[in-house]
Amino acid sequence: MQLTLWTYEGPPHIGAMRVASSMHGVHYVLHAPQGDTYADLLFTMIERQDRRPPVSYTTFQARDLGGDTAGLVKDATRAAFERFQPDALLVGESCTAELIQDQAGTLAASLGLPVPVIPLELPAYSKKENWGTAETLYQLLRGVLGARPARRERIAGTKPRANILGPTRLGFRCRDDVREVSSLLEELGIEVNTIVPLGATVEDLRRVPDADFNVDLYPEVSRSACAWLKRSLGMPHTTVIPMGAGATRDFVMEAAALAGVDPSAFLASKASRLPWYSRSVDSTYLTGKRVFIFGDATHAIAAARVAATEMGFEVCGLGSYSREFARELREAAAGYGIEALITDDYLEVERAITAAAPELVLGTQMERHIAKRLGIACAVISSPIHVQDVPARYSPVYGFEGANVLFDSWIHPLMMGLEEHLLAMFRDDFEFHDGAAASHLPAGSPAPAATDAPASAGQDGLAWSIDGEQELRKIPFFVRNKARRNTELFARERGIQVITTDTLYEAKAHFGR
Amino acid sequence: MTVAATSCLPEARPILRERGQREVFCGLTGIVWLHRKMQDAFFLVVGSRTCAHLIQSAAGVMIFAEPRFGTAILTDRDLAGLADANDELDRVCATLLERRPDIKTLFLVGSCPSEVIKLDLAKAAERLSGRFLPQVRVLSYSGSGIETTFTQGEDNALRAMVETCPRDDARQLLVVGCVADVVEDQFRRLFDQLGIGPVNFLPARRAAELPFVGNGTRVLMAQPFNGETGRALTARGARLLSAPYPLGVEGTTAWLSAAAREWGVPQSTFEQVTRAGRERATAALRPHRRQLAGQRLFLMPDSQLEIPIARFLHRELDMQLVEVGTPYLDRQMVDAELGLLPEGVLVSEGQDVERQLDRVRQERPDLTVCGLGLANPLEAEGLSTKWSIELVFTPIQGYEQAADLAGLFARPLERKARLAV
Repeated sequence: MQLTLWTYEGPPHIGAMRVASSMHGVHYVLHAPQGDTYADLLFTMIERQDRRPPVSYTTFQARDLGGDTAGLVKDATRAAFERFQPDALLVGESCTAELIQDQAGTLAASLGLPVPVIPLELPAYSKKENWGTAETLYQLLRGVLGARPARRERIAGTKPRANILGPTRLGFRCRDDVREVSSLLEELGIEVNTIVPLGATVEDLRRVPDADFNVDLYPEVSRSACAWLKRSLGMPHTTVIPMGAGATRDFVMEAAALAGVDPSAFLASKASRLPWYSRSVDSTYLTGKRVFIFGDATHAIAAARVAATEMGFEVCGLGSYSREFARELREAAAGYGIEALITDDYLEVERAITAAAPELVLGTQMERHIAKRLGIACAVISSPIHVQDVPARYSPVYGFEGANVLFDSWIHPLMMGLEEHLLAMFRDDFEFHDGAAASHLPAGSPAPAATDAPASAGQDGLAWSIDGEQELRKIPFFVRNKARRNTELFARERGIQVITTDTLYEAKAHFGR
Repeated sequence: MTVAATSCLPEARPILRERGQREVFCGLTGIVWLHRKMQDAFFLVVGSRTCAHLIQSAAGVMIFAEPRFGTAILTDRDLAGLADANDELDRVCATLLERRPDIKTLFLVGSCPSEVIKLDLAKAAERLSGRFLPQVRVLSYSGSGIETTFTQGEDNALRAMVETCPRDDARQLLVVGCVADVVEDQFRRLFDQLGIGPVNFLPARRAAELPFVGNGTRVLMAQPFNGETGRALTARGARLLSAPYPLGVEGTTAWLSAAAREWGVPQSTFEQVTRAGRERATAALRPHRRQLAGQRLFLMPDSQLEIPIARFLHRELDMQLVEVGTPYLDRQMVDAELGLLPEGVLVSEGQDVERQLDRVRQERPDLTVCGLGLANPLEAEGLSTKWSIELVFTPIQGYEQAADLAGLFARPLERKARLAV
């Protein structure tokens, strides 16, 4: 038993729903009790979907358990087929149905319906949502293409072709990333063969083998499908996630190599504004800002590269709830000289953020709440998302335009360079007293000074002298916590018991900035 | 998979009974408002990741770092019997209570999986109470989807509390059903002015402060979905006062008057005490009536509040009722309400959501009250909707909230009228 307050991922059948509701002509019959229909609202409310997810629930009750729950599966499958006329059916079970072992998938497959019926076995007590999404996509492709699909060779003289695999409903900014990545490929002279599953039909799945390579756009979702297509068809796939200016260039070069096209003209003509914005002087103030990153592994690892090399931040924390990608995450974290945090325990993430005392948190909706409570700036970079993470405007995070979006959306929560400068200049002004919250934070946000109170000294005999404490208060509130932390660290390392004004300035000189 | 049947109530009102896919929450959802009401209680669901995800999604956003609810998620080890589920549960509860010394009542909440594997939470609660009393009382109830629909979770929680209420045959008015604190305070003031007392509420703001129950207890139901709790109280000697629910001016007056009659309050006193509230509410409803009168209303089944809400919207705001769906029809609980519904309105119990949506599309009502999963898809078809979940999250009972309640239904129509995009 695992005590859970908030969860990053839903159960694996939510992943199957994400695949089904991303596509056209695919219907999912879910053997599930009353209540499991709650999942519909994730799609209709968070993403403002204008249609119900294509899911039929058997809605079994306690009184059915002694009787014929298997009959309910058959009836629901037949009824769903007749009403919705899908081109393919997914049939599976939620957590409770898994326990009563009706074998819903096998039962439905035995009905002899004239469309592919794909049984899904998604173990609810050991796996989670992203795994379920990946498994469903893989099973669906296998179900439609057959266990031994045939590769189709490109006709000479035609353009190279790529499939974009992985974008789904409830994924982070998938809707806009797909458009951005499609236009990258097309401008390179690569035709987008299919996009799967977002917006795909069953017929599109049948055309997957027509492409020269696959773009593994969201490895949490598409890695198993890409790996199978590579194994069974010899189709190569990309490995770079085009998030940030540098990674987008790397992606372009990788895709061009797989397609056998020359990217130099394209790369010479296309760029993001991020590099110049980052080099412009106002951005000087971003240097060394401490940033804590947590999300799915794909977005977290890619965000860390952007943060460190394109924003000039210091990555002080990097973590993910995607245990499947723990190895990649550990490697990335080691590159920043930190240890990766791999956990799906929200409270552990909160503790890690509190301890790291970052100036910016890049995370999921969960970290947004943590950051709000701690009075730290935050931008959302990964699912789980909420309604505000599905903006009306075009807002990709991949590609060159995506890099522009990252610059804007990560910098805005922070103090602007000029604003920070003015704050320092006017710090004695009555309006810039300790209790005044920064102007860019919503009214009612806790003032940073509020988190200043608990003197961390004490347990090991370390104490602040009165003059030291008074001098500390003269430091602007938005760097005061850092000054306190650094000074205490400096004092501890040198066995200093009482921190005086001198200690404060010695520490300042020692750490510099 | 649909079994449609028509049966008759004593007054010969036909009820359409349907069976099929249900687009409603399970009883676990009640935790979202129960934990806000009882601030010294913790709700621990013993279930799956789905249960945790459901409560989190139904609650919308996470506001609290450590909410007073959580899920003990069953894993493969628990199912394979490698870990004794009872030992595991004891361990989780001990960790939890150690972290939260402010918790005085711990509810173990049964779920679909815990019921299917026949984990005996009643026994576990007894065992844990033995260990943690007098600091913490441990109770159990089922919020599972195979047993309960949405608000029935509250009914089961309250029934579990009734079993531990102390016995006292003294005279009291017991108001049953979770209402917002502001509503509770208004009712307390009114009862006080009417000379009715002592008055206790179930649930109270602190779960540890259980009301007494006995032969002198008169029960006034504030919510229509607590039938099992009502019957458990009856079994302990209490008597239920039959009344419509305190929604709207008429409902609130009739509800208060049921208690006033029982306490022998003179009619003149009743008139005088309630006059200000009645007049304020009547005046506040007027602009909403202009908006709502004549509009056709379809209520999908959700919280069991549908029948009293339909009565209010029809009788006080002149809306026309197309269909009034309820997930479960507890006749004893809606006895005083059903007679106030107009002749010929279709009352349906249970749900086959596809068939019901066919009826919505055929009738094209001006307003459809439905769950969050259906609202946007219906709006996309040009049908105005009202999310039903607001009816359990918002204070709607009593005179001072009557116009707020009407406003919930008027707002979607007003919005539709304003928008030209």
